Amino acid sequence: MRRALVLLPAWTWLLAFAAAPAAILLGIALGSSAEGVPPFRWPFGPGFVWQGGLGNFATLAEDEFYRDSLLRAARLAASTATLALLLGFPMAFAIARARRGWRVPLLALVLLPFWTGFLLRMGAFIGLLRDQGLVNGVLIGLGVIAEPLPLLYTEGAMLAGMVHAYLPFAVLPLYAALSRLDPELEQAAADLGAGPVTVFRTVTLPLALPGVAAAFLLVFIPAAGEFVIPELLGPTDALPVGRVLWQEFFQNRDWPLAAALAVALLALLIVPIRIFQRLS
Amino acid sequence: MAPPLLEARGLRRHYGGAVALEALDLAIMPGEFFALLGGSGSGKSTLLRLIAGLEVPDDGVLFLEGRDITRDPPWARPMHMMFQSYALFPHMNVAENIGYGLRRAGVARAEQERRIAEVLALVKLEGFGARRPHQISGGQKQRVALARSLVMRPKLLLLDEPLAALDAGLREQTGFELRALQRATGAAFVMVTHDQGEALALADRIAVLDGGRLMQVGPPAAVYARPASAFVARFLGAANILDPGHLALAPAEPGAAAYALRPEHIRLALGGAGEAGDNRASGAVRDAAFRGEATLFVVALDGGGELRVTVPADDPMPAVGERVALAWDADDLVPLAA
Repeated sequence: MRRALVLLPAWTWLLAFAAAPAAILLGIALGSSAEGVPPFRWPFGPGFVWQGGLGNFATLAEDEFYRDSLLRAARLAASTATLALLLGFPMAFAIARARRGWRVPLLALVLLPFWTGFLLRMGAFIGLLRDQGLVNGVLIGLGVIAEPLPLLYTEGAMLAGMVHAYLPFAVLPLYAALSRLDPELEQAAADLGAGPVTVFRTVTLPLALPGVAAAFLLVFIPAAGEFVIPELLGPTDALPVGRVLWQEFFQNRDWPLAAALAVALLALLIVPIRIFQRLS
Repeated sequence: MAPPLLEARGLRRHYGGAVALEALDLAIMPGEFFALLGGSGSGKSTLLRLIAGLEVPDDGVLFLEGRDITRDPPWARPMHMMFQSYALFPHMNVAENIGYGLRRAGVARAEQERRIAEVLALVKLEGFGARRPHQISGGQKQRVALARSLVMRPKLLLLDEPLAALDAGLREQTGFELRALQRATGAAFVMVTHDQGEALALADRIAVLDGGRLMQVGPPAAVYARPASAFVARFLGAANILDPGHLALAPAEPGAAAYALRPEHIRLALGGAGEAGDNRASGAVRDAAFRGEATLFVVALDGGGELRVTVPADDPMPAVGERVALAWDADDLVPLAA
């Protein structure tokens, strides 16, 4: 009873702000679009007569446009998460092995970008990468290149922005996993004849694996729905699923289709979460 | 005499301004059970880590069978260490833990399995190979850690407080097993401990460390009977340190600045002032501590100061506050250097 009382706020919160919206979303996805405000019909008509259907999901599966946008979202999220891991692991490792007094300041540095507004930082990326930007300016000034390189509005610029924005989410769980690792385990491995690379491969990395999985997920999930960064830095045809969602809701006003797309995206995110649960 | 297995010459290690080891010379003989005994901060663990190669000395040289290994990394040293925390790999089962070093050495698969089975039998853990470290008890973990080192058949095994994490009941038996294993394998064991009872019971030779310096080295009985300094005398069994200017002493070997006198070597008689004279004193019992086989009394002497006296369980016991007469033999007064 006491336990139920303690958990009541949490359950209320989850019910009101996670379960209920998800149910409404699913309801809209199963309905059909219509003229009016709001521009859709619920799947249950007057007197609870079923008038919905899976038509919107069928459209998603048939239309290459939506399928591709989901695939692109998965691909962008996966490459962002992978790059953030590759970059974040050495950072987290170095911080975990730094002297005690250095760890908190170094972690604070990792979080430092959060002190500046997100859009400002993306603006700074544009300033760096555009044709008249700092990078091209320096390269031309040094005589390395004659014409500005096309840096902005490329896959590279988009990935750089994504990794920049999501790197801290990777570093923190990796740091937590690596700082918990007992250094005596690595010493014992070395004592038993393992060189530094073997120690890392057979002891450090396997024991940090839950942290690696958490880091991957914490980047993958928000990155899959990200559409501001691809919009600002990426190529024009990047069109991430978040952007498509926005268009369906606000431009085409096809709420049921947009809702179906959102449900599909949610399903896409559940896959890595399940894998993570298996791992840990 | 056979050449030493391991020899340390002038080992020095400082942490910032703090001394961990200072100009330490030591020789470990093949096949002996050697105990490094000291309190916390005595440098005993630092010495063990220097031998294992987990730390590098600021100065001095380490020889293993005459070869300079001072700069060799830990994975290149043919000796193994048992950590106080046991440091078992939590993501491997018992057999994988034990086989870790064999895999690194490139031992053939069939040979690996044979040696793992052999060492599991040696530490009486047959059938435990598939268990994970979190599925076995503390005593079993200790034996897995031991097996993981022994399977490498080292000539020198380093043990960092091997019994400290065990229950009191298990400690004595495990200590005997440890010594039996040492005899059976013929490896030299170097054990770090803060427990003088453990060191005295198990080791062929003990070294007492204090403040990063070696105070005394020798067989347990010799060091116990003839402590070289007041520190060693106090550390091994809390001896009384007597000042000849303060008490009427008639030692067998006169001339020392101080003498050690063990609590069990003092005879205690109830009541009375007792006869005056050399090697005698009288006073009142100030404190008593029951220890099962004997009781320890702290006696406040009439002339000032106090003596610690143990009385065997069968003898008459004074009450706290009661007057007692004390006496001891001249040859129980052990002269101390300082």
